[in-house]
Amino acid sequence: MYEIRLHSRGGQGGVTAAKMLALAAIREGKFATACPFYGAERRGAPVVSYIRIDDAPIKVYSQIRQPDLVIVLDMSVMETVDVLQGIREDGRVLINSPHPVDMQGHPTYHVDLTGIALSLNLVIAGSPILNTPLMGALAKMGYVTFDSVKGAIEETFSDDRNVEAAQLAYEELER
Amino acid sequence: MLTIATGNKAVADAVKDAVPAVVAAYPITPQTEIVEQIANYVASGQLASKYIPVESEHSAMAACIGASATGVRAFTATSSHGLVYMCEMLHWAVGARLPIVMANANRALGPGWNIWAEHTDSLSMRDTGWLQVYVGSVQEAYDATLMAFRIAEHADVLLPVMVNLDGFALTHITQSLETVDPGDFIPPMKLPHAIDTGRPAGYGTLTAPGDYYRFRWDIERSMRNAASVIEATQDEFGKRFGRTYGMTEEYRCADAEVVVVAMGTLGKEVEIAVDILRGQGVKAGSMRLRWFRPFPDLDLAGKEVVVIDRDYSFGFGGIVAHAIASKYDVPIFSVIAGLGGQEVTYDDIAGFVRDRRPGDEYWFGVDA
Amino acid sequence: MANIPKEEYIFKTTSACAGCSSSLCLRHILKAAGPDSVLVVPACCTSVIQGIYPNTAFNIPVYNVAFAAAAAVASGMSTALRAAGRKTNVICYAGDGGTVDIGIQALSGAFERGTDFLYICYDNEAYSNTGMQRSGGTPLGAATTTTPGGKTEGKKDLDLIVEAHDPPYMATACSAYPLDLYKKVQKALSIEGPKFIHILAPCPPGWRYPADKTVEMGKLAVRTGMWILYEREHGQLTISGPSKNAMRKPLPIEEYIGKQGRFKNIDPRSIAILRQQVEHHMARIAREAEGIC
Repeated sequence: MYEIRLHSRGGQGGVTAAKMLALAAIREGKFATACPFYGAERRGAPVVSYIRIDDAPIKVYSQIRQPDLVIVLDMSVMETVDVLQGIREDGRVLINSPHPVDMQGHPTYHVDLTGIALSLNLVIAGSPILNTPLMGALAKMGYVTFDSVKGAIEETFSDDRNVEAAQLAYEELER
Repeated sequence: MLTIATGNKAVADAVKDAVPAVVAAYPITPQTEIVEQIANYVASGQLASKYIPVESEHSAMAACIGASATGVRAFTATSSHGLVYMCEMLHWAVGARLPIVMANANRALGPGWNIWAEHTDSLSMRDTGWLQVYVGSVQEAYDATLMAFRIAEHADVLLPVMVNLDGFALTHITQSLETVDPGDFIPPMKLPHAIDTGRPAGYGTLTAPGDYYRFRWDIERSMRNAASVIEATQDEFGKRFGRTYGMTEEYRCADAEVVVVAMGTLGKEVEIAVDILRGQGVKAGSMRLRWFRPFPDLDLAGKEVVVIDRDYSFGFGGIVAHAIASKYDVPIFSVIAGLGGQEVTYDDIAGFVRDRRPGDEYWFGVDA
Repeated sequence: MANIPKEEYIFKTTSACAGCSSSLCLRHILKAAGPDSVLVVPACCTSVIQGIYPNTAFNIPVYNVAFAAAAAVASGMSTALRAAGRKTNVICYAGDGGTVDIGIQALSGAFERGTDFLYICYDNEAYSNTGMQRSGGTPLGAATTTTPGGKTEGKKDLDLIVEAHDPPYMATACSAYPLDLYKKVQKALSIEGPKFIHILAPCPPGWRYPADKTVEMGKLAVRTGMWILYEREHGQLTISGPSKNAMRKPLPIEEYIGKQGRFKNIDPRSIAILRQQVEHHMARIAREAEGIC
């Protein structure tokens, strides 16, 4: 079982990202659970979503304590949230950043999701769409195939630029 | 069709497939997505129901009663404060023998305001005469809601059914969902006492003790019938759609020396704890209670029982633990855990079992 | 009176009190509504008047419901019937307590949603079924079992509240004028949407007057201007015949309250306030009828 924790801010599409990843995994015949942690947060506050992917039905409903992968969609949350809390020793990190970031020696990947969204003018209500390019990065990291990512995006959004954004992130992801 | 859905959307999809004539509902967190989704299905023409946006939960159940009394299918959904606000009408729906189906997103009661999972809301309604089922996955939320209509409307039952799903822990999580084409699985509703202006009658008129107690006995007789109707319906569902359900869901119980009883999502998490305990040499099993009313027959002979109650009856104890204690002479360790969405992990559950003290009550997070 | 159908929907076997004005009203309401009608009744005197199971004195389906629930039950019933293509009249018949107090939320909701039904409040100005306790409909100065010294607050203006929902039809009526009531029920049921009729229903045990004076008490209410008969159709107000006459030269209100035991100990100041309210109300209704609002 892969356990993934996604850090973002309310309104950045973290919950939809978690659902799309679950959908992509299910399209591959796997089992998945996407679970937003709801508090009394409002738009702009740091939020966390969990995704579990497994070959067997998932029976766990409690929060992920030892993630295999930590995703940070907005680096500013790291000022107030310890995003590495509980991460497995060999746990990986994926950060939305144009530059490499040192995450205490954990294998860390970066890609400029914001830049990709802006370059394609993928913007809703003034905010760049980060979740569809994120899907491409996750495919590159091997959690799901690009084909199923493409399918999940197409099932969720009608605008072709979302798949294009995923393609760009797939190509631009760096360690 | 295989897709993904939240627990709320799964309930709404089952309602879409059961096509009630009337849906009357009032929004409350964390049930809102159910009513939003149904309102959208109605507005877009995908669901040929009338949606009544009532001004309160009391009126939601009242409107369902009015609709159902004419002999048509009615549905509502609520949670927590909404459920206890409609308490009076819950009793009324039972006495009026109306097969209304309701989804309840289990949520704690205030104050202080708390929107997270707890079962005290629905368990405090356990004596109303509603059938109650508690589900543990998105798929089960869909399947149980669909079956609820057939069970409620069965001629031997004619009682309302409440489908309970954990607030946020299940209402808001996304899992795979396989919807079905129910076909004739849910036959058209036939209410023998539907209002008919061609056959004028008084409904719910003043009733003296000599008749009243017979009506109460009729309710209990139907509740007893319900157990076999539920099992037959679940068997038929399994044959048609390939997913089987029992009154309980048992996991590694057969040779277990200690059995953990819980409901809802916690009941699923128990299975992981059982695997951990088995690995440590503890012969544990899980018995997830699905139906609470009618209360199922449980095979607990010769076993120790750890009951996890996500609820409490003040001045008495865990409601599930005491339900079991009143029916079975077994050693019970009563754990109170998960109130108001309190985080309870499979490691915590394994700990409850390892450190069990039969005869005691243990408040997780309070007691040492 | 010749036009009123001979069919009876209430048999002479009700368990109503002697001199009950509500039974008189209901007899005419059901004659106006006809057999394709359902009565929705919350807890009130009518819950008891029907008789005890398995008997009923009403020859029409009567759906008894919880106190606060009448208008909401009617909402569900009307919606389901209309969806099935049935034109059955759905009529709530509720007392003042079930309307102005515990039932006001459901009433407001059903009117706001445009429910196709008729809501009739028969107002005997107290919780009479439970033994004459004070309600929001009890007038200033009236003694009840919970206001032994007389009510110190005024009667809640139910009609203003209903009017705020802008229903297509609303009217007042009184048991002493059954033909007027009959016509208003007929008109209400010919109009689609939420309709409202507010009936003043004198109550011999509650108001403490002899049982044979029920009609007289209703007539005095109208003749003194304590109760004004009117109808408001699509916002257009018409004062009904009996009140039109009465308002030209109303009798002193003492003619009305002086004949009721419940006002026996009313103080002069309260009488003055009641008189002022009656004058104010008559002036307001007259202005609206003349189109001056």
